[in-house]
Formats: sequence, C-alpha cells, structure tokens
Amino acid sequence: MDSTAYLLSVVVVAAVATFLTRALPFLLLYRWAEHPMLKHLGRYLPPVLMVLLLIYALKDALVTGTDLLPSLAALLVVTVLHLLLRNPLISILSGTGLFMFLTQTGLLG
Amino acid sequence: MNPESNTSALRLSLPVLFGYIPLGAAFGVMFSELGYHWLYATLMGVVIYAGAGQFLAVGLLANHAGLLEVFVATLLLNARHMVYGLSLLSSLKLSGSRRWYLIYALTDETYSLLTMLSTACDQLRSRLQFRIAALNHLYWIMGCTLGAWLGGQIEFSTAGIEFTLPALFLVLAIEQYRAVRRPRVFVLALAIGGLALLISPDNMLMLSIAMAVSLLIMARGGVEWTRLRIF
Repeated sequence: MDSTAYLLSVVVVAAVATFLTRALPFLLLYRWAEHPMLKHLGRYLPPVLMVLLLIYALKDALVTGTDLLPSLAALLVVTVLHLLLRNPLISILSGTGLFMFLTQTGLLG
Repeated sequence: MNPESNTSALRLSLPVLFGYIPLGAAFGVMFSELGYHWLYATLMGVVIYAGAGQFLAVGLLANHAGLLEVFVATLLLNARHMVYGLSLLSSLKLSGSRRWYLIYALTDETYSLLTMLSTACDQLRSRLQFRIAALNHLYWIMGCTLGAWLGGQIEFSTAGIEFTLPALFLVLAIEQYRAVRRPRVFVLALAIGGLALLISPDNMLMLSIAMAVSLLIMARGGVEWTRLRIF
C-alpha cells in the first residue's frame, strides 16, 4: 500500500471507530430513553463527568506538579469570579489570563 | 433564523475556541512531522474530530500500525463517548441529519456545553445544540489546519492558553452544582477521580468513568436494571 493510501485508510478506520463510540448509545438504547435507570444516569452523570473531566484536564499538573501552583491560583480565581458574577466568559478568560501570566513569567514556579 | 440564538451559541462556545485552536494546532504540528501534506490534517479534523484520537492516530501512523490495531485502539480510547450519549438520550430532540451530525460531533467539550442547555425550550435548545456542535467543530478544524500548515515554524507566545479547558470544566461543574445541589455526588466524583489518578494516570478518564457509572447504577438499585436486559 502506498503511503497516501495507508494514511487515508487509517483516517477512515479511526473516523468509523470514533463515530461508533458516539453513536452506539443512540443506536442501542434509543427506545429506552425514558427508562428510569437511564433518566437516573442522565441526571447524575453530567455533574460527575464535569468533575472527572476537570481532574483529567489538570492531570499533568496533579501528577507531575508542573504548573500546579499557577493552576490552583487560576482555578481559585475562576471559582470566586463565577460565584460572584456568574458570567462563564469572564470567569474562564480571567482564569486563563492569570494562568498564562503566572506560567510565562514564572512567578509561582 | 433567530440572530439572538446565533450570538449566544457563539458566546457559549467561545471558551472552546480558545482551547481548540492551540490544541488542534498542537496536533497539526505533530502531524506535519510525518511529512504529509497539511490538507490531510484538515481532513482528519473534519472526519475523525477527536483530540486524543487524532494524537493517537499520529503515533499509529508513525509506527505503521495495522488497521485492526487502529480500530481497536481508537475504540478503546474513545469509549468514554458512549457515556455522553447515554446521558443525552432524552434531551436530544433533533431529528434527521442534524441529529446524526450532533452525535458525530459529540466531543468532551461539546457534550459539556450541551449539559448547560437543559432549561431552554425544546426548539431553542435543539437549535443551540446544533450550532454549538458546528462552531466547535469549525474551531477544531481551524486549529488542526493552522498547526499543520505552519508546521514547526511557529513559537507559541500564547503558552498556557489551553487552560481555558480546565477553566471551562470548572465553570460547568459549578453550574451543575447549582442545578443538582447534591454535595455527595460531587464529593464522590472527586474521590473517584483522585483514586483513578492514583491507580493509573494514563487511563484515568476511562477508569474513573467506569467506576462512576457502576456506582451510579448500584446506587439506583438493581430493580430497574433487570428490565433493561432485552438484548
């Protein structure tokens, strides 16, 4: 197989596999959407997944300690701003700005 | 077409823009080292559209992995997506091609934003769901293309901008707390996440999601579950 054909087949296979993981619940469980167990999961999975995705996004900082202090400081700012103003964009951009400032200047490094 | 919902889809998805451009560009830079034309990075952003999945694909391409290996590895890596679909079953009212597009474009970040839309009326929510998915996909494609096109020539003075993603997840977790108000659920999630991180940092996300789903099912009790055993 030449190199472009190989690349294209890898892309197609990876795309099909990715789509399958996203589509399977809709293909298999659609008829049971109103089932109490699925409603239960639908209610409690989002908060659990947000916390897990947050930890996952901070994995490197938590495991290796890289930029841990700037991360914690920025998360604190995001939390406080969001509790006070409840404006997602302000909270996220301020936290990110602080994180970039702290890591690029090495202030808390 | 309601211009108002257009603006709010744009505003809601803005944090993802700042996360996807650098992340997509990081993929593009990695991909450009394989020596293929940059347009293939765009293609991958369009048809695969999965952050971790595309980084994995670069590794597999570099090692000339077999197609079966590509299939299984991608399936396992993205298994977490199944849980997203599971929790969206009843709130996804779109039909036809828009429905399948949204399922196709269901990344971590798109799913997270969709969980915020639970209070809007069905019609408005459907429209927002679709627009958010499409905007996020566009940001990702732009990032992939930019990275592969510029290759290794650029030096990111924007280091750290990817912090928008943890910040987004934190904001959405706070919003979830406002909606659900069950401290136990959040403490449990923190404990599970921490435990999974201790056991295996590399498989943290999949491990913790598997534990969380099992615990939620057990907490609900086995009674309803038996009714699901149809296939």
